[in-house]
Amino acid sequence: MSDLIRRTAAELADALVAGETTSVELTQASLDRIAEVDSAVHAFLHVDAEGALAAARAADARRASGAAASALDGVPIAVKDVLATEGLPTTCGSRILEGWVPPYDATVVARLRAAGLPILGKTNMDEFAMGSSTEHSAYGPTHNPWDLDRIPGGSGGGSAAAVAAFEAPLAIGTDTGGSIRQPGAVTGTVGVKPTYGGVSRYGLVALANSLDQAGPVTRTVLDAALLHEVIGGHDPLDSTSIDQPLPALVAAARQGATGDVKGLRVGVVKELTGEGYQAGVQQRFDESVQLLVDAGAEVVEVSCPTFVHALATYYLILPAEASSNLAKFDAMRYGLRVLPEGVEAPSAEEVMRATRDRGFGDEVKRRIILGTYALSSGYYDAYYGQAQKVRTLIARDFAAAFEQADVLLSPTAPTTAFRLGEKLDDPVAMYLNDLATIPANLAGVPGISVPSGLADEDGLPTGVQVLAPALADDRVYRVGAALETLLTDRWGGPLLDRAPALEGASA
Amino acid sequence: MTTTTTPEVLSFEEALARFDPTLGLEVHVELNTASKMFCSCATVFGAEPNTQVCPVCLGLPGAMPVVNATAVESAIRIGLALNCSIASWCRFARKNYFYPDMPKNFQTSQYDEPIAYDGWLDVEVDGETVRVEIERAHMEEDTGKSLHVGGATGRIHGADYSLVDYNRAGIPLIEIVTKPVRGTREQAPAVARAYVAQLRDLLLGLGVSDVRMEQGSLRCDVNLSLAPAGSEVLGTRTETKNVNSLRSVERAVRYEIGRQAAVLSSGSKVVQETRHWHEDTGITTSGREKSDAEDYRYFPEPDLVPIAPEREWVERLRAALPEPPRERRARLQQEWGFSDLEMRDTVGAGALGLVEETIAAGASPAAARKWWLSEMARRANEQGVDLAELSVTPAEVARVQALVDEGKVNDKLARQVFDGVLAGEGTPDAVVEKRGLAVVSDEGALAAAVDRAIEANPDVAAKIRDGKVAAAGALIGAVMKEMRGQADAGRVRELVLAKLS
Amino acid sequence: MPDISRDEVSHLADLARIDLSEEELDHLAPQLSVILESIASISEVAADDVPPTSHALPLTNVFREDVVRPGLTAEQALAGAPAVDQQRFMVPRILGEEA
Repeated sequence: MSDLIRRTAAELADALVAGETTSVELTQASLDRIAEVDSAVHAFLHVDAEGALAAARAADARRASGAAASALDGVPIAVKDVLATEGLPTTCGSRILEGWVPPYDATVVARLRAAGLPILGKTNMDEFAMGSSTEHSAYGPTHNPWDLDRIPGGSGGGSAAAVAAFEAPLAIGTDTGGSIRQPGAVTGTVGVKPTYGGVSRYGLVALANSLDQAGPVTRTVLDAALLHEVIGGHDPLDSTSIDQPLPALVAAARQGATGDVKGLRVGVVKELTGEGYQAGVQQRFDESVQLLVDAGAEVVEVSCPTFVHALATYYLILPAEASSNLAKFDAMRYGLRVLPEGVEAPSAEEVMRATRDRGFGDEVKRRIILGTYALSSGYYDAYYGQAQKVRTLIARDFAAAFEQADVLLSPTAPTTAFRLGEKLDDPVAMYLNDLATIPANLAGVPGISVPSGLADEDGLPTGVQVLAPALADDRVYRVGAALETLLTDRWGGPLLDRAPALEGASA
Repeated sequence: MTTTTTPEVLSFEEALARFDPTLGLEVHVELNTASKMFCSCATVFGAEPNTQVCPVCLGLPGAMPVVNATAVESAIRIGLALNCSIASWCRFARKNYFYPDMPKNFQTSQYDEPIAYDGWLDVEVDGETVRVEIERAHMEEDTGKSLHVGGATGRIHGADYSLVDYNRAGIPLIEIVTKPVRGTREQAPAVARAYVAQLRDLLLGLGVSDVRMEQGSLRCDVNLSLAPAGSEVLGTRTETKNVNSLRSVERAVRYEIGRQAAVLSSGSKVVQETRHWHEDTGITTSGREKSDAEDYRYFPEPDLVPIAPEREWVERLRAALPEPPRERRARLQQEWGFSDLEMRDTVGAGALGLVEETIAAGASPAAARKWWLSEMARRANEQGVDLAELSVTPAEVARVQALVDEGKVNDKLARQVFDGVLAGEGTPDAVVEKRGLAVVSDEGALAAAVDRAIEANPDVAAKIRDGKVAAAGALIGAVMKEMRGQADAGRVRELVLAKLS
Repeated sequence: MPDISRDEVSHLADLARIDLSEEELDHLAPQLSVILESIASISEVAADDVPPTSHALPLTNVFREDVVRPGLTAEQALAGAPAVDQQRFMVPRILGEEA
């Protein structure tokens, strides 16, 4: 395994500046690593070696002429298959979009290209981002690099696993209820959900429009900040995009990396700890909090009573919006078209029905039906309408909590990675994975998950989540970086150094 | 439906003797913005299929809408012109239903928060003013267009497949809905027509739409119900779609009154349904039944943020509105010197705007009125279309009149010029050129023709020499005949009199 | 919160244009009931005077100038279509109102 692939994106960027390596070299190293391990990990749905190398050559040419496009110019990246990529297949992990090649780029993708990051390929995900394990991908699950029999989290398991398995130094994820942060926690990587509106959603195939956010999936907090500064900021194509400059995220991450948290008020959310959280997860969380205290932070317990309703609120809003978003997949303009069996000269409507039955997986059907139900005229007020009100209460809980604390902390996910298949047919058990991450999406606030160690009982990664008020994304970087420094110092090196070496199928 | 049996229809008079009609009109207006409602695609009518599309209006996965500021401004101006209140805060919603010409399978529309609501429009029918109350005017987007192929071509039933063009998808629409219009009795068809005609003039005056009914930029649905005469309770209504000319609006109302009256008189019930208007046969036929199962699952569009028009903006738009139709009519009548009757005829023919534009293009008020209300009205009637739908512009009418005034053509030739213009042969000047319609102004040729006429009619010439000038007509007629009408009769007269004085 | 019946699931699938098989109905209906049960708490949480939140951040009046920009070519637009004819999307016969 090439040494290059284990380096952080920030280190690679430095090496490119110093002329120690080239973009082609490190893009090729990533492609080699993908060829070596991805048959076992299955993080990618599509690899674009040719396109990535062409972009790498262009990046090297820019470097040579002293005109680098960005700090990360030439550092390769993997993109979750939910973002439209012109000329590259975009399936959202669904049969219904098999073979679809968008004629346009998502804004995030356009910014990556403009900043010179070669796109290695598209990463696996739960179908239309519905899931917490990547098992709902129509193209087979992704495996957790820490234990290939276990889930990598979801829905962005592909992006997290790609980064954890050193197949890519950077990846893009999307987070609707935890799909960046929870995979980060269970794969020992870093994931950031920016403030709602902080990163353009244009070209992100919507799951739940009012909750979705794209964000960085990386191995370090600094890398996440570097990537966030590339993809973030106002986009006139997204009406919900925030028309303000991003806070200084890289600077915040560098400041936090000093480990200095004196005077920081840390709130521990009572409702997001204790019961329902695996012992090893809770233990690593408590230690993280203690490390911050030891470094000079002040800890207060805060209560957010409405958070207990967050899961229910989420599972009304999300399916409602999703049921409408997914109506466009109807076999008329793009994607799969299935003719019903035994029907002569079927009508458009019959073809729609047959295609949607064949093209969507069980979880998608469950949520479409649930959402259709929640929006039905007789139920709108009781369900969707009520969920929108609870959302207000959750936002108020956050506001009150942020009066007492600068940031809020909780475990990212209640458990470590479970075994593939374990919760596949128990939707409610699956939904509980997002217990701690969902409130941030409902209120639109930013959050980061950083590795907090390995659970004693199973030796698998655990994560700690840092939440900050809307628009204060710099705080999650500062505190996330501080935690990372304190923990890494304690471990004597990055957590991922302790991951088992992957034996590639071709190695 | 292919199994249509011609339904019983009661005579209009009989129907009204037993029932009171209640009208409701829903008008969809396509705005004439340069770009679409939610994306930057062009809106040119008649472009090659699927050339004015983008990820947004094609409903591609990931695409997101952004509201067109001019469309919002037009919606507010329409609302203000219709005396509506303008919402201080409103949103778009998704109306969810599946249809292949709707790319997202939901229409982005306004539901319970229209941008304009509670207004009115006064219309004049037979010299009386009827106030039509407006319930709401809201913003939405148009759908694509389907071409049905196979079977009875062009018809949806029996078609083998359909071909969809999404150029129209996403063009901004304003839907203007009236409150139920009651108590109009035998005037109901005329009120409906006058309302649409006046709405059209108002929109034209605002400059927010092309309002070409034949191109679908103004589309009308007619709601109609009957209640037993004198009853306070409203009857079951039908919604007749596809009523796309002023004449059709009037005819469709009249037809539905007769049809529903026949249904009710026979002891049956009117079915609440969508009906389709057939221009050719002048009847409506049953479409889809409005079932309770129709559930559009409206919810606020999460990809758009609320619209909260600032008061100053609204007031600025209000201050800049063109004058209201009534005031405008009064002013124009005075400026043009029309009698009440002339004015009423002009308005009734839907020619007010046309006459105004023709005058603006240089014609005299009398000439403008003459052409539109006689010659053009006759042709529109023959073609079964509205005046505005004739393929002749006010500027062309003014030009023809100018040709007359310049002596280049006479009235008779002018009609032939219009024939050419309407047949698509080009501008009036081009038609004169191509058809060789210019009057003969070659003095030598005219003089020779006059000499020949005098020679051939010595007795007439003698009378004129004796001072019986009235006899000149016979000689002028002879000259005009020889010139095949292409001479200026006035000049011929001058020549005749000069030679015989 | 009421249990969701098999018939109701069938009706909803119809509204959502998904041709569920009998087996799928058997499988999905009880799962949906369990999910609904687990989210039943929601209906009593918020008082009537709590305003609904439809957007995480309270933005208003986000508009675009009425300016035409190039979109896709017809070729690009139609590239992903299952069937194309006469530069249009070719779709199976449409049931519905007479055009």
